[in-house]
This record gives sequence, structure tokens and C-alpha cells, in this order.
Amino acid sequence: MLEISDLVKTYPNGLKALHGISLAVDRPMVVAIIGSSGAGKSTLIRCVNRLVEPTSGRVVLNGTEITALGRHGLRKARRRIGMIFQEYNLVERLTVMENVLSGRLGYVGFWRAYRRNYPPDDVAAAFEILDRVGLEGRENARADALSGGQRQRVGIARALMQRPELLLVDEPTASLDPKTSRQIMRLIVELAHERGTPVLINIHDVALAQTFADHIVGLRDGRIVFEDGSDRLTPAVLTEIYGEEDWSTTIRKVEEDDEAEGAEAAKGRDDTESGVAAG
Amino acid sequence: MTVEEHARRYPAVWRRFNPRETLVRYAWYLGIMIVTAVSFWRLDITWVYMLDAHIQAGDLLFRMYPPDWTGFEAVLGALVETIHIATLGTLATVLIAFPVALLAARNTTFNTLTWTIGRFILVASRSVNTVVWALFFVAVFGPGPVAGIWAITARSIGFVGKLTAEAIEEIDVGTVEAIEATGASRLQVLWIGILPQVLPVIYGTFVYRWDINIRESTVLGFVGAGGIGILLYSEINLFRWQAVSVILIAIFAVVVVSEFVSATVRQRIT
Ligand SMILES: Nc1ncnc2c1ncn2[C@@H]1O[C@H](COP(=O)(O)OP(=O)(O)OP(=O)(O)O)[C@@H](O)[C@H]1O
Ligand SMILES: [Mg+2]
Repeated sequence: MLEISDLVKTYPNGLKALHGISLAVDRPMVVAIIGSSGAGKSTLIRCVNRLVEPTSGRVVLNGTEITALGRHGLRKARRRIGMIFQEYNLVERLTVMENVLSGRLGYVGFWRAYRRNYPPDDVAAAFEILDRVGLEGRENARADALSGGQRQRVGIARALMQRPELLLVDEPTASLDPKTSRQIMRLIVELAHERGTPVLINIHDVALAQTFADHIVGLRDGRIVFEDGSDRLTPAVLTEIYGEEDWSTTIRKVEEDDEAEGAEAAKGRDDTESGVAAG
Repeated sequence: MTVEEHARRYPAVWRRFNPRETLVRYAWYLGIMIVTAVSFWRLDITWVYMLDAHIQAGDLLFRMYPPDWTGFEAVLGALVETIHIATLGTLATVLIAFPVALLAARNTTFNTLTWTIGRFILVASRSVNTVVWALFFVAVFGPGPVAGIWAITARSIGFVGKLTAEAIEEIDVGTVEAIEATGASRLQVLWIGILPQVLPVIYGTFVYRWDINIRESTVLGFVGAGGIGILLYSEINLFRWQAVSVILIAIFAVVVVSEFVSATVRQRIT
């Protein structure tokens, strides 16, 4: 599916952010990338769709060598890769619907986008996704009138509108409260599983990573220092990734959270936030 | 801590500027005063004219009263033409200024050459006064409102373009990246990702400039570029002060209304 090999990124100021990263995602799963600030997580994810131009190395997605594409080819490849951002990056002054439909821009011509005249299939799909992310009835709200959690739902909907073969997610919950964070993470993971889409997700919260990811990649100073199932995360591994610290509480917290999680799930669907109900 | 130690650590005196900064500030004040004095001296102002200035002004006001409303219909027609010149000129401005702003903004221009061209157009447009532009376009198109419209446009491109270019340079890069990441074309990124972000600035400068242009187009007639200025100029030359006062009242009314409209519209833009 996705194959990254020997990826190196040296920024123009000489800073080497990635020292030859190799990583393969060969089945639809959620891969969490963890590591301390400046480890190169964002750089790695952004090299995949070349928002950051890699210095050397290869990125291959389902047979397409993305790193070898020209401008036009890259544009076509980007249509197949959805991206979700920490700051949502919506067009604030446009409506929810316009933002969601912008996920189809790669497939429609300029004039359709200009007249906001998207194909009926796309419009139907947009309504369906809005429903799925819990924003039914909010299609005409302006993006800047939404709460953080709601904006991220729009961001998720936009990415899914692309029907992506890969989802790139850069710290989707860093600006959200703990409860909303979990709802957003769960939504991303559920949707990815439903659609069989592999996900690369940067995340600071180790507990969240462990709860929601199938696989964890630990990055330290631009190198992979850990790569295994999320159940293999131990204090020793966290020390390897982040440096010396008392990790026992972090790990234990995860287990406690899992129990709480189960109890919460038993109570039923909770991933609609209060703001949505107001719509 | 002794009392002295305490006083040293937490002094009771605090000044915004240190002595050197204060000195520099006073040097500036002195410099400005010298420049002002030199300017007056070099201007060779004939001070005797000043002596009876208030008498002359009073005399003029006396001759303007009462306003002579017989020619009001002609004034109204010229006034409408003035508003048309300002409005059409401002509309044309926005159509031209947006592409120019794209060239003049560092983050949307193609290369250094296009950036230089964009900046040059903006600077050239703003460095020439509207009346001078009008003289130029009267020479090109002959006298009449067409020259006036182009004069307004030529002068406003720099104003609207500069503010728009600055707005483009301050847009949220993340939004643009997100649109690019969907595989959108350059034109689509421009239309969906960039334009909505600068639209409030474009609307705002449009009405603001329209308001300025109403005022500017009232004098275009002095050089034959249409509008109420022609009438004003000829009435002044004929010393028909009572007709002049009607024109001035009419201009004043329009300016007040346009200022009100512009302020209201700008307040509503979100
Ligand atoms: N545009 C840039 N120019 C120069 N250096 C950069 C640039 N972007 C990132 N870097 C550097 O590259 C390194 C990796 O940055 P990156 O943003 O990938 O880290 P990160 O793991 O995502 O960190 P965080 O958790 O804080 O988001 C950092 O040292 C950063 O300073
Ligand atoms: Mg980052």
C-alpha cells in the first residue's frame, strides 16, 4: 500500500529533519507516529504528499512513485491522499458544505468549482459524510461559526470526500479538550476501518496513540527508534523515544482509560458533542 | 535585607525612556522645527496678502449669498455624471487591481520579475495624482467622462492593489496547503483557498476608495475630464459666486452621503 524508503529531508537552513526513514504500511491499519517535539513527525507526514519536498528517498503509494511525479502527476496523486490538520485549515469564510466539497476539487474543473456546481454524486456523498461525522443540518453554517471539535469534523469530512487511498493526519486533537480529542480520534479510526483506508497519524498523546492505533512508530531526531504493535509500548520504549522519565503513570493511565472507555461505550453513542445538538 | 538593599532592588523611580533615548527624541523635535522654519522661509510667502485674508474671505462668502438655484438642474446632471465616473472607475479598478495584487504579493507571484512588475504598477499608479492622470487621459481619449473614468482607475489601482497585496501576504497558509493537498489546480486554490480570505479587504477597500473617488472626481472637470468640475470651473471663471455656492452645497451633500454609505458598508463586512 504505502512504502517509504530511505526518506531524507534536509531543510534549506541545513537542518536535517529526517535521516533515512523506511516504513511500510502493507494493510489497512492505523499507524501512530509518536516522538518529542522536533523529532520530525510533521516533516515525515508532509513528505508523503510532498507539501514538504523530500531531499532524497522514495514514497510509493499503491504502485505510484509519488517522489518521481511532476507537477501535474503530483496533483493527481494528491487527490488520492486525504489530509487532516491540527488547525483544521478550513476556509473560514466559506460554509461547511463548500469546505466539504472542496475535497472534490481535484476531480472537478475550475468552472464547476467557481460556480459551486458540483456533480450530484458528490453533493449526495457530502450530505452522507456530514451525517456520519455528526454535522447533519449544519451544511450552511459558516466554518468560522463552529467550535474546534466541529471544525475538525468538517476537516475529516473534507478529507474523506476525496475517497482517499491513504489518510495523513497531523496532530488532529492537539487543539481540543480531552473528551473531544477521544471522540475525534474514534471517528477517524472508525471511518478508516469502515473504508479500509490506511492512516498515518501524528500524535503527542501516548495514551491516545495506544488506545486507537494498531501500530506505533517512535521517532527520535529524525530516526525510527521503535516500530511495533501498540501493545508493545513499554516504559523502556518510551524512554528510548522521549528520554528518561517516570513512565509508569503514563502506561498505567492507558489501562485505566481503556476500562473507562469500555464503560463509556456501553453507555452508547457519545460522539456527538453538545454543539452539534444545537444545530 | 536592609532598607538600602531593598530600595536598590525595588527602586521607586521608573522611566519609559533612558537619557539617551530622551536625547534622541528631543533631537527629532528640534529637527522637525528647523525643517518647518526653513520651509516657510524658502516659500517666499507674501505676508501682506495674509493681512486682509479674512476680509477677502468674508467678502467672497458675502457674494456667494444667497445661492442661485436657477441652474440647479444642470448641477444635478453634472453631479450624477460625477458619481458615475467615480463608480465605474472604482469597479474597473477592482477588476484590474486583484490580478496586479496577485503579482505584487510574495506568496502568489510567479518569480522576482513578475513581483517587480506588480510592485512597479502599484507604485507608478500611486505616485501620480488623479488630476495628472486626468490630463494624460484627456490627451489620449479627448475631453469627457471616459478620460475621467480612466484617471480614477489609474490612480486607484495602486491604492486597492497595495492593500489587497498586503492582505494576500497575510492569508492563512495552512488553508492554502489544505486545498493544495486535495489536488486542486492553481486556479482553484486561488479561487477557493485565497480569494475568500481576502474578500473582506477587497470589499472594504472598494467602498472606501469609491468614497474617496467621489471627492476626487469633483475636480476632474477642471482639466476637462468630465463631471461637476467643468461647471464649477466655468462658474468661478465667470465670477458667478451665487451659482458656485449651489455647486459647493451639492458636492458637500454627495460627499456626506457617500461617506455615510461607505462607513455603513465597511461596518457590515465580516
Ligand atoms: N520549514 C522549516 N525550515 C527549517 N527547519 C524546519 C522547518 N520545518 C521544520 N523544521 C525543523 O525540522 C525539525 C522537525 O520538525 P517537525 O515539524 O517535523 O517536528 P515534529 O515532530 O512535527 O514536532 P512537533 O511535535 O512540535 O510538531 C525541527 O527541528 C524543526 O525545527
Ligand atoms: Mg508537528
